[in-house]
Amino acid sequence: MWSGTPLFPESASTMASRVDALYFFLLAVSVFFSLLIAGLIVFYAVRYRRRSPDAVGARIHGGMMLEITWTVVPFLITLVMFFWGASVYFAMARPPDETLNIYVVGKQWMWKFQHLDGQREINELHVPVGRDIKLITTSEDVIHDLFVPAFRVKADVIPGRYVNIWFRATKPGRYRLFCAEYCGTRHSGMTGDVIVMEPSDYQAWLSGGAPEGSLASAGAKLFQDLACNTCHRPDAQGRGPVLEGLFGRTVRLQSGEEITVDEAYVRESILNPAAKITAGFQPIMPTFQGLVTEEQLLELIEYVKSLKALPDARGPQRGTRVGVEAQTR
Amino acid sequence: MVTSTVLAPPRHYLNDGYGIKSWLLTRDHKRIALLYLASVTIFFFVGGAMAVLIRLDLATPVGDLVSDETYNKLFTMHGVMMVFFFLIPVIPTVLGNFLVPIMIGARDLAFPKINLLSWYIYVIGGLFTLYALVAGGVDTGWTFYTPFSTVSSTTNVIPTALGIFVTGFSSILTGLNFIVTIHRMRAPGMTWFRMPLFLWSTYATSLINVLATPVIAITVLLIAAERVFHFGFFDPRVGGDPVLFQHLFWFYSHPAVYIMVLPAMGVISELVAAGCRKPVFGYSFVAFASLAIAVLGFLVWGHHMFVAGESVYSALIFSILSFLVAIPSAVKVFNWTATMYKGAVSWETPMLYAYGFIGLFTIGGLTGLFLASIGVDVHVTDTYFVIAHFHYIMVGGTIMGYLGGLHYWWPKISGRLYNEGLAKLSAGIIFVGFNLTFFPQFVLGYLGMPRRYHAYPPDFQVLNVLSSAGASILGAGYLIPMVYLMWSLRYGRLAGSNPWGAVGLEWTTASPPPTENFTQTPLVSWEAYDYQPPVEGHVA
Repeated sequence: MWSGTPLFPESASTMASRVDALYFFLLAVSVFFSLLIAGLIVFYAVRYRRRSPDAVGARIHGGMMLEITWTVVPFLITLVMFFWGASVYFAMARPPDETLNIYVVGKQWMWKFQHLDGQREINELHVPVGRDIKLITTSEDVIHDLFVPAFRVKADVIPGRYVNIWFRATKPGRYRLFCAEYCGTRHSGMTGDVIVMEPSDYQAWLSGGAPEGSLASAGAKLFQDLACNTCHRPDAQGRGPVLEGLFGRTVRLQSGEEITVDEAYVRESILNPAAKITAGFQPIMPTFQGLVTEEQLLELIEYVKSLKALPDARGPQRGTRVGVEAQTR
Repeated sequence: MVTSTVLAPPRHYLNDGYGIKSWLLTRDHKRIALLYLASVTIFFFVGGAMAVLIRLDLATPVGDLVSDETYNKLFTMHGVMMVFFFLIPVIPTVLGNFLVPIMIGARDLAFPKINLLSWYIYVIGGLFTLYALVAGGVDTGWTFYTPFSTVSSTTNVIPTALGIFVTGFSSILTGLNFIVTIHRMRAPGMTWFRMPLFLWSTYATSLINVLATPVIAITVLLIAAERVFHFGFFDPRVGGDPVLFQHLFWFYSHPAVYIMVLPAMGVISELVAAGCRKPVFGYSFVAFASLAIAVLGFLVWGHHMFVAGESVYSALIFSILSFLVAIPSAVKVFNWTATMYKGAVSWETPMLYAYGFIGLFTIGGLTGLFLASIGVDVHVTDTYFVIAHFHYIMVGGTIMGYLGGLHYWWPKISGRLYNEGLAKLSAGIIFVGFNLTFFPQFVLGYLGMPRRYHAYPPDFQVLNVLSSAGASILGAGYLIPMVYLMWSLRYGRLAGSNPWGAVGLEWTTASPPPTENFTQTPLVSWEAYDYQPPVEGHVA
């Protein structure tokens, strides 16, 4: 019965060993203090057991040195825990500059993954081993949470926001993926697998699918279908800002604030254009709230990202490979 | 040993009127304590029955006992009932109501009618919630996270929210009553630093009750308003922020953890002092630790949102503050343990519960450090590790403290002694059952089993079966005291005024106490826990 029962999770990412090391330190401290307290209680309960019905204890009221010791020593130990925990957390919270980006949309009750090359998956995510992967996540409905125990990574997937999760898988295999934030009836069915592949297998897998072309090219088509291109023209003659080379740049808003153009800003500008108007433009753009799905938003974002600044301003480079790109953010 | 030389006066609070009106319209804090005892016990067993169903369902990985919807409603109602209708009120309203006036030598609380009003408000809030249960239940989790609770759920969110809203006023009024009573009604000579430590922790708890409860009231009201009027506070589609709700919710609900556990800490101080017949080691450190916990407890709510898109820097602040709040708890544990040194240490039932509390609370507290340490928290948050951690605090801490206190003061409350053998047996069963239920959940959590899962991967089954087996033992452990305590009311031996040979004003009056508590106002000229070496008794 016990043979198939694991007592410790698999470690399959660069983060796993760092988290486990801290975990074992915490465990060691906890075991020490638990045994100390339990040992003292048992020892005192036996050693000083009441021997006659009217016995009373010694009249000891306290001791300043002891109080200071057991205030200061735990404090110092917790400081170690704090700094160690914070350093692991910093590593988790800051994705490396060069990442392979994959978009994730959670909805009741499934996970949808979109690769930049156009492959779409549901409840399965294929990634290559040894590469830094960044998942850019959002939700179509309620809060979900993407959790891969073998990688020791987890983050809430929040509607209206893009939350990044990054990891680097260290060994090929199939690992469980859970939704860890309660999201309704079939919450416990919102699970899947991360399939970590050797780079060559991953390339083979990539070339197997994607009939519709890359995410950016789908975005380009949508950009035309929604007639965005009538105002956002590459030649600076349109009524909206030029999008070429915009992503990652800092722009000045009408309010005087400056903002870096990231996924969240592009998203907001599509759904709620009047919220942050670029200086020099009129708030004339209509909202696309309800007209574009979360997945279409991601295509549009990826299209905007793919628009490199061109010296001759002759429109975007279509069909360029955007699988890996430097994140300027 | 002190035997009651004077027979208890024939008239005491229990036989001072027999009709239903004499109970439902009583203003006697002791009778109101018993009204609360009956009502919180009902909620404990309803909430407990749901826990039994949850654990039965989780004995198999496929979730075949109940449907998804039912399972989600079970853990939601289990949480709502246990947190808002049992754990938060239990010790203040039952033991606190009974003991606060007696321990300070007063005749009653400062506002006896408001005390009765608190109970009625509690009952009305409870009825709303029971209505929600009967009308089909609610499936949001006791945390009501938006936008699920405001947009997605189709269950009885509003009646449940109203139930919590209403019950909150009962907490506020009881807290206010205790604060005023402790300030204004202490007997001559009962200075702040002569008060039993139970009163310090009750006072700290009351501060949190008064300051934090309005926030949850507003928060659940916003949920109800958003469901009815679609204001969009928490709806990202119209510019709202779903995570804002979590800030509001935990601004109350984290301090609420201390509302649950501080009173239990106060009980343990009393049990340890009486069980060792010795002053609590470092009285003022234990007293101020309660206040420190109450204050710091307000500043750590953000540690519930480490993975909820919180900024890196706020996460760091909340992490260090969460470590700080652990220090006063550790100080208390060390002081209780040191109190046993050179004590006359008892092995009677109340002390067994105190041993259990200290051990389990230590584990609960230490595992809290894992959660404050952000690098590890990211992996274990929203898993069974968290479930195990807070059950060690709330069940291992609060319920052990409550049961220990109930056993310690039962002779005072009822005037009778219960069967000591059965009581020790059930304390042992509870301790074993508790650990078997919740320890495997730490392992499951680190393995990655998420909480609130109706079905789970099959390789987690063995640990889940262990946990379910433990729950059945724990359930039996809770039923046995019901039986022998009821039995003792009729058949138990008379307790006398001071069966434990303890000091404290409550042991100087008769058991059960007269309606007015003391035949004459006590004059206090001794420190708390003033155990004198045996000469000729030690009653002042």
